[in-house]
Formats: sequence, C-alpha cells, structure tokens
Amino acid sequence: MKTENQKAWFFVLPVLVLVAFNALIPMMTVVNYSVQETFGDNVFFWQGLDWFEQILRSERFHAALGRQFLFTFLILIIEVPLGIIIALSMPRKGFWVPVCLVTMALPMLIPWNVVGAMWNIFTLPDIGLLGYFLNHVLGISYDMTQNPLAAWVTIVTMDVWHWTSLVVLLSYAGLVSIPDAYYQAAKIDGASNWAVFRFIQLPKMKTVLTIAILLRFMDSFNIYTEPFVLTGGGPGNSTTLLSIDLVKIALGQFDLGPAAAMSLIYFAITLLVSWLFYTLMTKDDLN
Amino acid sequence: MALELRNVTKRVGAIEHIKDTSLLLEPGHFNVLLGATGSGKTSLIKLMAGLDPMASGQVLMEGEDVSQLSTQKRNISLVHQFFINYPHMTVYDNIASPLKVAGMAKSEIEDRVAEAAKILQLEPMLQRRPHELSGGQQQRCALARAIAKESRAVFLDEPLANLDYKLREELRDQLPELFAGRGAVVVYATSEPEEALLLGGKTALMRDGHVTQFGPTAEIYRNPENLDAARVFSDPPINTATVIKEGTTARLGSRVSWQLSGDAAGLSDGPYSIAIRPYHVLPTASPKASVRLAGQVQVTELSGSESSAHFDLGLGKTSGSELHANWVSLSAGVHPYEIGEMHDFYMDPSACYFFAPDGSRAA
Repeated sequence: MKTENQKAWFFVLPVLVLVAFNALIPMMTVVNYSVQETFGDNVFFWQGLDWFEQILRSERFHAALGRQFLFTFLILIIEVPLGIIIALSMPRKGFWVPVCLVTMALPMLIPWNVVGAMWNIFTLPDIGLLGYFLNHVLGISYDMTQNPLAAWVTIVTMDVWHWTSLVVLLSYAGLVSIPDAYYQAAKIDGASNWAVFRFIQLPKMKTVLTIAILLRFMDSFNIYTEPFVLTGGGPGNSTTLLSIDLVKIALGQFDLGPAAAMSLIYFAITLLVSWLFYTLMTKDDLN
Repeated sequence: MALELRNVTKRVGAIEHIKDTSLLLEPGHFNVLLGATGSGKTSLIKLMAGLDPMASGQVLMEGEDVSQLSTQKRNISLVHQFFINYPHMTVYDNIASPLKVAGMAKSEIEDRVAEAAKILQLEPMLQRRPHELSGGQQQRCALARAIAKESRAVFLDEPLANLDYKLREELRDQLPELFAGRGAVVVYATSEPEEALLLGGKTALMRDGHVTQFGPTAEIYRNPENLDAARVFSDPPINTATVIKEGTTARLGSRVSWQLSGDAAGLSDGPYSIAIRPYHVLPTASPKASVRLAGQVQVTELSGSESSAHFDLGLGKTSGSELHANWVSLSAGVHPYEIGEMHDFYMDPSACYFFAPDGSRAA
C-alpha cells in the first residue's frame, strides 16, 4: 500500500529557489518596469499595457526586428550547410583529426568584443588588411562605415567566421558516431553519396544539428557585442539589431518602461521561435 | 551466375591478410567459408563485395571481371553478424531501401517487400522501427532486405552468431530454403564446423588467410586433404600420432604395429602423422577393428546411445622417455569403463589417414 504525501516538494525546492533567484526575480523586476512609468527616486506610475502597445506599433521596433530576422536567417542559411560540408570533409581518423579539431575550435575561443575589434581593424579601408586589399588592390569600393551593404557583409562574414565551428564540431560528433557497418550496408544497397548523406548521415546528425541550429538561433538573435563593437549599429541604423536598439532605448534615452516592454517582447519571440523549432524537429521521435 | 576468385590477395601494409586464393562459387547450394576467428573469412567477403581493395587477382561474376566495379554496382547483399538496419526507417523502408535506390517502380517494390516479409514472418512488424524488434526479428529484417533485392550474390557473415541458441537453430533450418531457387550465389561464413555440416553444400576451409580445402562438405569430411581439414569436422577430436613406416609395416611407438595395405603400403619409408576418427577406435575387437591398443582410461562420457573414453595411449620408450598420446574411443551403446584402469581398444587400420610431415595428405 502506498501512502500519498507531499514530501517530494522538498526535493524540488532547491531547484525552485535557484531558478527564482537567477531567472524569475530578475525578470519580475523587468515586468515591474514594463507596466509603470518612473522618473527615478523609486516613484512609479501605473501605465498598464501602454508601453507594449507603443513598442508593437513602433516603426523603429519593426525595422529592428526585421533586421534581426534577416541577420539570423542569413547566418543560419550560411553556417548550417557550410558547417555540415566542413564536418563531412574532415578526416575521421589519423594524425589530422586533432589538428582539424583545434583549428576549428580556435575562433570560438576568442572573446566576443575582441572578435568585433579584430574585424573592425581588419576591414578598415586604409589600414585594415582586408579593407586595404579590397579598396587599393582589387579596386572594389568597400567601406563598412559608409556603405550599409558593406556593413552587412562584414557582420555576417564575421559571425560566420566566429560561429560556423560550432556547427562543424557538433555535426562532426554526430558523424563519427556512425559505425562503418552502416556505410557498408549503404554501399551494398547501391546508395550514391547523396543517398548516404540523406538517409544515413543526416538522420544520425539530426539530434546534434537540432541543438546546433537552436544554439545558433538563440545566440544570433540575441547578438550584441560583436556588431556593437564592429559597426555600432551604423551606418545610420542599417545594422541596428534588436539588442543594440534595446540598449539605445534603455541606456541612451533612459526610457526604462518601453525598454522593459521591449525586452519582454524580445524574450517572448526568442522563446516562441525556439519552442516551435524544437517541437517540430523532435515531433517524429516522440511518436 | 557464378562468382569466381582468381589468385586474389589482400595486403595491409606488409602483412598478407588473404594469400593467393582461387575459388569458384556456384548458386544452388550454400558456399560455406569455415575457419576460426581471424582466418580471413570476413576479409574474403569484403574483397568479393568490393568493400576492400585487392592487392592482386580478379573477381568475376557471370564470367565478367568486376574487380574494378564499385560495391554499389556489383548487385550484392550482405548480412552481418550485427543486425544492421537503418535505425530511423521502418522495417518496410529497410527492406525496400535497396529497391528504392535502384529506382524500382512503387508497385513492384510493394510486391517484393510483401513477399520477403511473408517468407521471414515479418508482416505484422512492417511499420515498426528496428529498435522495437527482438534480435531475431532484426536479423530477419536484414535477411528480408537481402532476399527482396534479388541480388546476384548474397554474403552471410556469421549471421546467426549473435542470436540465442533456439533462434539460431530455427533460422539455420530455414536459411537453405530461403535462398533455394533464387539463382544467387550464397556465401556463408561461420566458425562452427557443425553449421557447415548442417547447411550442406560446399565448404571452403580457411586458415591464416588462405583456403586449405574446398569441395562438397561431406567430401571434405570423408577425404581431408590435410591434417587441419581432418581435424575440423571431428567431435570428439580426431586421434593423431606419429607412425614410422618401414616396408609394409607401420609402427606406432614401440609396442603397436600393423601391416599396411592399399595406398598406404605404397608410401616411401619414413615418419608420417596418422589421424583416425574416434568411432574407428572401439573397445571390442572385430574383423575390421583389429589393431590392439592398450590405454589407461582417464575420462568417460556416457550418453544414452554412445560411450566415449579418453585414454592415455602409452607408446613405449623412445631414447629413454616414455611417449604418450591422448586418444578417444567412441562406440555405440553403453560401455562400462573404470577410470584409471588399463583397457584394450581396437582400431581399424584401414580408416587411418596418413599425412606427410608437412601436413599434406599422403594416403
């Protein structure tokens, strides 16, 4: 006979406390700001959902959100296939494996603001190696401080340089876990290289790729440091992504209420997209 | 369809994994590769399948040289010791996979899968994934794939090794029937002599990367070409000893000798290894079992229908030290032996195989 009791809650309690202090309580202060107006001195006026309405109707928010989705879309569409291709062409055994792995991991070890600074200097038209080469050797007019297209090409290239390795390493981990017998079976079935990729390698990589895409989505959607250091959101507002805009509102204009509302909307979008993506990708496995 | 190997070799670095091997494998019966682990069975299969490169030689299918043809184009099937199915596909898709890759029409794929599934009793499981099946069902799925494909050659690499005893017997009984009349060359690798005998057909004995004897399995049993071949199919183990031939007399140690007749009588004088199966060494004399041996009984095993006695055969003194041989007698019925007692055994000299010192058959 089992007796019902509530003792199990005690075991969950430490986790609840931890989550409360590192996530719920900080977030509630943001919620607090998002529904009130303050002029400092801890004096608040109730605003209801006004700030949310204001943000959602704001052209500026729409533009920043659009840029954010464009940026994330571009880096995913480049980094995921590129990462898979690099992982497929890496050796599976022998002397070159550690060499490749370390080389791949290097960009990820560099601090984000250093990456931004590196690419800033690298692409300066007169002193940067790449900038000088493009402008003075190839004769292509390239200046990311003046030209929005050049600025976009630079931040996307920088992110690809910095983070493709993550996709590579995760895909590679998925690939090396496939026993030789499957490749043999596929050969015997008469499968082409494409069929081997489509029916053996890709399904085996699916789990790690889901994680890789999810991580890259969240990271790129929340990206701040690198573009801030690189372009500062310019020229004009052309590379002002959501997080850069958010900091401008919160710290530049000190509009804490709208900034808090924007944070929550921003968070909700990230959460919703991540959840949708993960649910869709793992739907088959649950059945 | 016939599968032929001509002077095939395989090297890894300086080591020869497969030594100059020629075989003609035909459809209509099982071609068993029999040998211990590491004797080269899997290596040979991989060469035939084109999964590993040959150092030299040719592989021919239907008389056509396929040595340069990739595995994908050889139209073969391979069933592993481990149950290899695509984990994310259903049983149906697993069986259909080689047919889909070949671009076959959907209705024909359905027919072939249905037929293979029926033969292997997989019909209720077609929509399941491999991990939802038992080991035996997984292996049947792999076999169904080979059958549905109707390939020119089917390689079964110890397909039953990872199944439990009962399933193994069940599937082994079905196997010859499954492939009968399909026109494919069936190559079956195993390390168990008993399987080769049960499956029938032809057997290629493998040892250290080469084929030591190839022929109908029963023929190898009756007529081993070398000492290894004589040892393979014997359970309990075949009795061996060294004899000296002088004229028409064979001397086994200092106490036992007999008159040779037939082929053995024509051999040149000198030392030979003899091998004689345990059921030609009997506890009672008969016109055939006429050579008397005295041995000390060490272990006996009585089953309801036969008795075996392991005995220490004293061969007498040679240069001061007593020589021994451990022999076995296997006889019908129940014989009372006392452990430790001296007992007379009688061997049939006409059933002795003679091998030259290098192990090749002399008579």
